[in-house]
Amino acid sequence: MSKKNLIVVGNGMVGHHFLEQFVVSDVATEYRILVFGEEKQLAYDRVHLSEYFAGSTHADLAMGTADWYASNGIDLHLNEQVTAIDRVRKIVTTPRGDYSYDELVLATGSYPFVPPIDGRDRNHCFVYRTLKDLDAIRASAQGGKTGVVVGGGLLGLEAANALKSLGLEAHVVEFAPRLMPVQLDAEGGALLRQKIEDLGVSVHTEKATTAIVEGEAARLRMTFSDDTHLETDLIVFSAGIRPQDTLARASGLEVGERGGIVVNNQCTTSDPHIHAIGECALWNQRIFGLVAPGYTMARTLAAALNKDSSAAFTGADMSTKLKLLGVDVGSIGDAHGQTPGARNIRFNDEQAGYYRRMVVSNDGKKLLGAILVGDNSKYDTLLQYALNGIDLPANPESLILPDSEGGAPALGPDALPEGATICSCHNVSKGDICSAIDAGCSDLGSVKGETRASTGCGGCTALLKTVVDSELAKRGVSVSKDLCEHFPYTRQELFHLVRVNGIRTFGTLISQHGKGHGCDICKPAVASILASCWNEHILATDHVPLQDTNDTFMANMQKNGTYSIVPRVPGGEITPDKLIALGEVAKEYDLYTKITGGQRVDLFGATLSELPEIWEKLIAAGFETGHAYGKALRTVKSCVGSTWCRYGVQDSVGMAIELENRYKGLRAPHKVKMAVSGCTRECAEAQSKDFGVIATDKGWNLYICGNGGMRPRHADLFATDLSDEELIRTIDRVVMFYVRTADRLQRTSVWMENLEGGIDYLKQVVLKDSLGICTELDQHMADIVSTYQCEWKTAVENPEQRKRFREFVNATEQKDPVQQWTEERGQRRPLADPA
Amino acid sequence: MSNNTQQCSVCRLRDLIPGSGIAVWTPAGPVAIFYLPEQTPSMYGISHHDPFSGANVLARGITGDLKGHLVVASPIYKQHFDLRTGVCLEDENVRIPTYQVHVDGGDVLVDVPAEEDEAATA
Repeated sequence: MSKKNLIVVGNGMVGHHFLEQFVVSDVATEYRILVFGEEKQLAYDRVHLSEYFAGSTHADLAMGTADWYASNGIDLHLNEQVTAIDRVRKIVTTPRGDYSYDELVLATGSYPFVPPIDGRDRNHCFVYRTLKDLDAIRASAQGGKTGVVVGGGLLGLEAANALKSLGLEAHVVEFAPRLMPVQLDAEGGALLRQKIEDLGVSVHTEKATTAIVEGEAARLRMTFSDDTHLETDLIVFSAGIRPQDTLARASGLEVGERGGIVVNNQCTTSDPHIHAIGECALWNQRIFGLVAPGYTMARTLAAALNKDSSAAFTGADMSTKLKLLGVDVGSIGDAHGQTPGARNIRFNDEQAGYYRRMVVSNDGKKLLGAILVGDNSKYDTLLQYALNGIDLPANPESLILPDSEGGAPALGPDALPEGATICSCHNVSKGDICSAIDAGCSDLGSVKGETRASTGCGGCTALLKTVVDSELAKRGVSVSKDLCEHFPYTRQELFHLVRVNGIRTFGTLISQHGKGHGCDICKPAVASILASCWNEHILATDHVPLQDTNDTFMANMQKNGTYSIVPRVPGGEITPDKLIALGEVAKEYDLYTKITGGQRVDLFGATLSELPEIWEKLIAAGFETGHAYGKALRTVKSCVGSTWCRYGVQDSVGMAIELENRYKGLRAPHKVKMAVSGCTRECAEAQSKDFGVIATDKGWNLYICGNGGMRPRHADLFATDLSDEELIRTIDRVVMFYVRTADRLQRTSVWMENLEGGIDYLKQVVLKDSLGICTELDQHMADIVSTYQCEWKTAVENPEQRKRFREFVNATEQKDPVQQWTEERGQRRPLADPA
Repeated sequence: MSNNTQQCSVCRLRDLIPGSGIAVWTPAGPVAIFYLPEQTPSMYGISHHDPFSGANVLARGITGDLKGHLVVASPIYKQHFDLRTGVCLEDENVRIPTYQVHVDGGDVLVDVPAEEDEAATA
């Protein structure tokens, strides 16, 4: 049987999601799949478009890879726009040819609405939808000072954020009397406006633009109907979207009065072989301009094509939770209270800066909608009440009152019905999670992998964790968090015991709080805690037996029992003289020499007894230990920055050296890597580091908890436009909080993924001091910094410690017989299989 | 083990590090000596040779107790060896040589096979 052709027109988020669903369905093998995309790039995440200006690339935002398409046999045609549909011959036409289809899916999305204003086609007027638009905006922003966004809705505020991150003075012009008129009421809009203006974005409401003309002080002038005007260097229109239905219209498919391709519950158009999903589709007279409903349509259509007769799109929840310019905004269900008889409960705290409104049913039993501005901590709970029709408590106001005023705790996971949606991106219910656990998933990670919950926008992470924990507990699965058989505590608990009780040795800790003699798990962990707390030399007699060999001998053991040596080269900056000194030492001891990824030099093949001699020479040449052997700061990588680079905006090398010298020697739960880039081109790859710093025109953006290696993780943007002092203070606190709270051998990336409340919680702790511990964290870091010593310098100066570097204590001339060598590419290396 | 052994003086008591190990050279090859003052006896001798990596490194491992066994963990691939029997906890088919260690005054003595025995490093 020859295969049928399935053609998808449009390669955006929804089109891509449809393909993901369709290729794994049973009928997929019956089809040859062709995809046409108008843009040059593969489908990317438009929801996070503004991150493009904060340094994300298309690859970061991409939904899939060319490999994925190829391996699923999808014939991908990018940069090839479909120009016509011939429904009689079942053919689509592009500039490159005709393609026949058996089933056709339209996922053409929407286009930005530009109000019919005179002068809207002038140079420096843009829309905000594609990466191409963003490239044009970025080019225009060079040499400009101010930027205006027309439209104060959700996308408009995103665009304002983008302009701000380009260093422009941003303005928002809105026709309605308030911001986000669809989602917010007057009070919420007013508070949002105040918060956004505090961030330096000017807001102009009730302004109707009448014309755009040439400016006097800036490139353009906007005139308004009230005879006022505003000058600006560029304008971004973000006044709503319109469904992209041109193809459908031209081919005679039924479209709505105000646009949109009419579809039924199976997402099929007036032609039974043509389907439409996402923002181009009109269902029940409604267009859905959010990604989650588009995904639901995609799943529905994939199921319907797979002959699932129960597949039906029945509308979608339009609730939204966002952070706009750093301000929490949430809108749930019937936010404006349009349901007949609906009643309102409002809580407005001007002091703390948040506003909460609940819309409840006439009998006070159900939550119909809600508005939150300034704090989204109640969003998840309120959403569950609204979505699942859960009966409200007798005093429903407790849901939005502050906790100190009798506010109700978050809705417990047990109160949620089986059908409750936990992850709306991937439509995962509580029941799905229970099934995954029953099928053998025994931790959060495996539940995520199995159900894909919390792998979309990530908004449900905290809720998912509580559900998983509670369901595991119900099944009697107790997850032991004990460090090992000697200590019934987590690393974090041990840290507290050590610090609070002033414990300074392993012996005291195990006799008071543990049992037995310890092992190779708990000894290094406790050594690291003691070092983090008291910063004593790691080779002090009490600490020696606790260390892994790398720490004991302050070098990295290699497979044949020899060691490698990595001196510190702060920021990767090195004088020719020091480079020569390194070369001379390497030559003298015949050390295999390799440049590391962290911009320093690794010298391999030193025997135990050679280590102190080599270090004596390195120290004399001005080197310090690089801590490559320790769970500690490794390097701070940098690009060359503004001192040389044509594009650099800050001195990245100088900052990298300052950071490296500040944090060198600090013992942490695992190794810590940092990097500093001098501009958004990000040549230092800072976003793959535990702490990544990227220069901006105004200072530094800080990214945290990234990782390369085995489990790559893109770092999260934590704070923007920091001064040098603010940057260092912020890193101090995050580092110290990590040191205090992470598990043993837990990198910052995993720590962040397991941190309840995630990055928002960490921001509260570090930037808002919500736990009241910042002074203590600052003090602790100051103590550590002031007690730094080069461990190797101390060791080579101490004859007792030097004695420990004898390979055989009774035979100093005896060579280790298993260490045999051969030569490769002009250098010495261990013989693979010594005789 | 008692026939054909010879006693070698290998180092002084003060060369040992409480809770940790050192390596010495003997006619039978490299031996790791651990000094655990809290244990009885307080001295343990095993081969310094790690059969999994092929390197002479066991004296540089971390000591401790696991499921009732007094052990050292290889610093290379982290297998645990029973200090009393030489048996590997992860693979009972692997057993490394053990040696009696004594203290005489300030001297540390090890009993090793009288004839050179290559098996010690096999």
